[in-house]
Amino acid sequence: MNRIFQRPASLLDRPTHFCPGCTHGIAHRLIAEAIDELGIRERTIGIPGVGCCVFLYHYFPIDVLEAPHGRAPACATGMKRAQPDKIIFAYQGDGDMAAIGTSEVIHAANRGENVTVFYINNSVYGMTGGQMAPTTLLGQQTTTSPYGRDFKSEGYPIRMAEMLATLEGVCYSTRVALHTPRHVNQARKAVIKALEMQNAEMGFSVVEMLSTCNTNWRVTPLEAIDMIENEMIPYYPLGVFKERTGKDFL
Amino acid sequence: MDRRLTKGNIALAEGAIQAHCRYYFGYPITPQNDIPEYLSRNLPKVGGVFIPAESEIASINMVMGAAASGKRAMTSSSGPGISLMQEALSYMAGSDIPCVVVNIMRSGPGLGGIAPTQGDYSQAVHGGGHGDYHSIVLAPASVQEMFDLTIKAFELADTYRNPAMIIADAMIGQFQEPCRLTPREPVVVPDKPWALTGCKGRAPQLLKSLYLADGEQEAHNLVMKQKYDIIRDREVMYETRHLEDAELMIVAFGTPARIAKTAIENLRARGIRAGLLRPISLFPFPVHQVHDFSIRIKKILVVEMNTGQMLRDVQISAHRDSRIFFYGRPGGGVPYPDDIEAQVVAALEEA
Amino acid sequence: MPYIVIDSERCKGCYFCVKYCPRNVIRESTMHNKTGYFPAEFIHEQEDRCTGCKTCAIMCPDTAIEVFK
Ligand SMILES: Cc1ncc(C[n+]2csc(CCOP(=O)(O)OP(=O)(O)O)c2C)c(N)n1
Ligand code: SF4
Ligand code: SF4
Repeated sequence: MNRIFQRPASLLDRPTHFCPGCTHGIAHRLIAEAIDELGIRERTIGIPGVGCCVFLYHYFPIDVLEAPHGRAPACATGMKRAQPDKIIFAYQGDGDMAAIGTSEVIHAANRGENVTVFYINNSVYGMTGGQMAPTTLLGQQTTTSPYGRDFKSEGYPIRMAEMLATLEGVCYSTRVALHTPRHVNQARKAVIKALEMQNAEMGFSVVEMLSTCNTNWRVTPLEAIDMIENEMIPYYPLGVFKERTGKDFL
Repeated sequence: MDRRLTKGNIALAEGAIQAHCRYYFGYPITPQNDIPEYLSRNLPKVGGVFIPAESEIASINMVMGAAASGKRAMTSSSGPGISLMQEALSYMAGSDIPCVVVNIMRSGPGLGGIAPTQGDYSQAVHGGGHGDYHSIVLAPASVQEMFDLTIKAFELADTYRNPAMIIADAMIGQFQEPCRLTPREPVVVPDKPWALTGCKGRAPQLLKSLYLADGEQEAHNLVMKQKYDIIRDREVMYETRHLEDAELMIVAFGTPARIAKTAIENLRARGIRAGLLRPISLFPFPVHQVHDFSIRIKKILVVEMNTGQMLRDVQISAHRDSRIFFYGRPGGGVPYPDDIEAQVVAALEEA
Repeated sequence: MPYIVIDSERCKGCYFCVKYCPRNVIRESTMHNKTGYFPAEFIHEQEDRCTGCKTCAIMCPDTAIEVFK
């Protein structure tokens, strides 16, 4: 009898602080699996944003720098330029990346910084209690859009993976989801690919992951899964928006 | 000693290179543009990295990333840009990450003019960012000091694992003086075992400022306070002139201190015994020195190019019987020697 | 015979594993764990039906499941 599934070595054996059913936990495991698979743990440095991911260092046995809210791509830039031989990833929520940190991520991507950003889109500011974010769906009720998001006042949800894909410096931009086994397997491949592309010095890679925040969506974990399928994916289509095959820079 | 006519900002930028700073990130703002321009030309020649960042927020966070890697890194800016950097400065102080930040001040509040001013003393010395921290703050008053104190700033930042700032007014940044562009002593960059370099052969490391467990943040703040107390003890830098027999002590830093020197010579030619104490380190402020001189020299004139910011520190430091006078030119005004002389005479005439 | 082991103290009772197990061999426990969650449990009476497909483990946000085959 063999153990055919176990905790990856790059994920520490401790309970997470995430809410029950929060797929941040799956994203963490996928990244740890990728680090193991590529054998890069000892030269990987993680930079969490501020949000529910801020305790990244509790879970990964790697070096970690805590960045200010939204600035992880700038910190990653400085770090990668100082240590081009290291694998540097940022891990940002949608508030962190798609609201307060839009400038930093766009310009890091545009410069083609050879770093990877894992972008957890759960359509709300999770850690602060589920307020409306730029990613909140139209009509979605949150603690600061109690009547539902109205495009006339709050505009439309922002699609980061598509937007970043337009930038020349980006080598890989994809959107995956974490709500079914099939999607998690796809996400796993995307995470590995992004880190592989960084290893091959191909430029900026970003993996957007549609993720649950059942606590702030005020639903059960199983209902949250249905919301990703029925509400998020129709607005945030899955797919690869940009993928370089070689170092075909202009 | 080979000295070359050099602009203040250039001396500072060359000082950074000589200090083995190889990472500069910045966004344009007058009156400090010579610094990024010089470094964009010269850093690549020594294997360094220059990035024209998209904002001052990005600049300082890039500094954080490079500095967390154990490298000497720097950014420079002025007023509005320095304001944008405060959040990250607070993070770096809280995470024990050294860096050097240069503020060639412009007036304000708001957009502010580019004429020489010292309006950012309080921001630099008494906070700026949130939380209980200090930056080490040095104030050059000559082109040579722009060079030497930049090297010193990197040394202090590394020694104490703390942000160090250089604040200078546009006059110091922009004018030219003969300057020795080689370090007085060989520059040594210390080992940085705390740096995030990947955990090969060692336990994973972490640089963070978030302490949530009961009492953890307080304990961290107290450790930081110990560090600041040591800095206060050991790193005070100041210059004095003619204080031995002075009946009035001028306290001034940067450009006003230079002008005060001229005023003091003129006054002495008239038989009026004024002297100068020029703080070079603003944090740590020469608290004891101001106090000790003020025991004998009862009258103090603080001269600043603002409405009275260092004045508070002098008031706190001076002996309780001191008579403290203030002369300030805010918003780009520069004091003339005659003005300072008149202030001194008036102060001495008062009972 | 393949089987799974659920760390009932690590489990937070999201029931993703229950939902996605193609053989329906996981259920909600009636006993709560130390944290107060009702963990998922492997239905031992039906354990011969587990194929070791790892679906449950892949979906577990808390990495509470190990799979043996
Ligand atoms: C400058 C600043 N503004 C606001 C905050 C408060 N804050 C902490 S986490 C957070 C939102 C995080 O949301 P998101 O990035 O979507 O991550 P999630 O928690 O949903 O995973 C905010 C607004 C902060 N820490 N810093
Ligand atoms: S608040 Fe939302 S994002 Fe944060 S841990 Fe809970 S479910 Fe996850
Ligand atoms: S998926 Fe994991 S946490 Fe959720 S019920 Fe199953 S074992 Fe428990």
